[in-house]
Amino acid sequence: MSKARKLNRNVCIVGGGMSRFGMFRDKNSKDLFAEAFLEMLCSVDKGFDPAEIDALYVGNFSNDFFVHQAHWGPIVSDLIGHTPKPATRTEGACASSALAFREGVLAIASGMYDMVLVSGVEEMSKRTTEEVAEGLALATTPYEGKAGFTFPGVFGAVATAYFARYQSGREHLMNVTIKSHENAPHNPKAQFPMTIRDIMASKAKSAEKKGKPVPEWSDEKAFLKDPKANPSVAWPMHLYDCCPISDGASCLLLVGEELAGRFTDAPIRVAGIGQGSGRGLHASEDLTSFEATRYAAQEAYGMSGLQPKDIQLSEVHDCFSIAEILHIEDLGFFPPGDGVHAVAEGQTRLDGPMPINTSGGLKCKGHPVGATGVSQLYEVWKQLRGEAGPRQVPKKDLRIGAAHNLGGTGGTCTFTILERR
Amino acid sequence: MHNKPFSDIAFAEYLAQEKIMGSRCPQCGRVFVPPRPICLECGSSSLEWTEMPRKGTLAAFTCITVPPPSMAAKGFGRDNPYCTGVVELEGGGRLVARIEGVQADKPETIRIGQPMEAIFMDPEKEGEDTILAFRPS
Repeated sequence: MSKARKLNRNVCIVGGGMSRFGMFRDKNSKDLFAEAFLEMLCSVDKGFDPAEIDALYVGNFSNDFFVHQAHWGPIVSDLIGHTPKPATRTEGACASSALAFREGVLAIASGMYDMVLVSGVEEMSKRTTEEVAEGLALATTPYEGKAGFTFPGVFGAVATAYFARYQSGREHLMNVTIKSHENAPHNPKAQFPMTIRDIMASKAKSAEKKGKPVPEWSDEKAFLKDPKANPSVAWPMHLYDCCPISDGASCLLLVGEELAGRFTDAPIRVAGIGQGSGRGLHASEDLTSFEATRYAAQEAYGMSGLQPKDIQLSEVHDCFSIAEILHIEDLGFFPPGDGVHAVAEGQTRLDGPMPINTSGGLKCKGHPVGATGVSQLYEVWKQLRGEAGPRQVPKKDLRIGAAHNLGGTGGTCTFTILERR
Repeated sequence: MHNKPFSDIAFAEYLAQEKIMGSRCPQCGRVFVPPRPICLECGSSSLEWTEMPRKGTLAAFTCITVPPPSMAAKGFGRDNPYCTGVVELEGGGRLVARIEGVQADKPETIRIGQPMEAIFMDPEKEGEDTILAFRPS
């Protein structure tokens, strides 16, 4: 890439909302969207009139498949009273709403709009696990699908390549899972707000209640190595390496930077934004890296003038434990092959030098695929405003955070850097 | 014989003839498998068919215990996992393919870098393509 890209006009986040993530029998996509939207309305410090929203972008991967309903732009537009103004759906598999965010940023930067709502929604839990696996596999490449790959399978294969190249194994990945679960209890919106130790205790209690032999594990890793507690899904990916099936919605309110002061004294500016595309496993030059992530990162770093060492915290797309390792290396936070050691040393913990997935990540927060990208940016926005409560990163002068979203088998990747001025 | 378009359909038709066919750029020599109609290196669109070696090494694999419905219908599942992976062909180029002749229920025994050879599995249903697989050689 030869020249650094620039926005013609800076863009700020001045509000945000996110539904609880989880599996909800009694809520549909509209209910979840309303939940996120209502929180966003109350989040704008100086208030605002929703009639000022010029346009709406909503990321959704595959509600067509999951709930047999497509065309989500006008549905959510109607829900929030935005019609007849424009509403556009974006699709980039699990990166669908990061694309909505990016389109919103570009629309404001172009001068076309002053205020845009960017959002995402997905409703997956009404289907069986096998059906969800089939639905998600629509986003693999045609070659991978024919060879019988599932999503856990693709990342399982990537993990075997990584293990062989960097002399590591399953135990290293368990550190990722344990770390994410340590952050999750502090996120009230997370699908699994509990540590691995909490889960071990609850399993033991439930066995005792049922009069079954009470399992005993010496520590978290003993639990994660127990095939009964943590069965294989797609070797070496086991249940606790995989994000869950989730429903949820998220949204952020964007305005031109020169208008931000009308809405808040603490706007969060989009410092850099990047997007890349990739070709899938068979064509990947390096099975332990995603080209689209590296490209997106290069774009975002170039635009912001920042470097990996300047990023103070990041959400990354940990759809599987191995994915988090690859991303923290591809984004330049750690050199290739060092990701597993950085996690083992606690460097990515909430109180470590480079906190990763303070929200609990996709693993614990949940992964309603179309809502994920914007929900990651929501977390960074909260952190940079100092509003993350008990999971607030304990750093002085926290100013710069980032979010990385990945769709498919690395087919669509985004990286966005946010800055508190 | 070699006047097929450089398409996924043609690639599948060749698999039915037990051939792994790629496209080769005569200008710069790059080879693509599965075939591509336009060279990624130099942009040439006058590529030619080339038969790929049937041997390679295992670059990555997974053993799937939670299969998609299509594989579950064939009897695969927790008690009968299957292996699929990425094979690096001799002389370059990678393919995703089923991996046969390994113990999918004992993934610890499967080794990255293991030499592999191609086999062509008949489709189980009419209208489905020949399944490309590799097994240890």
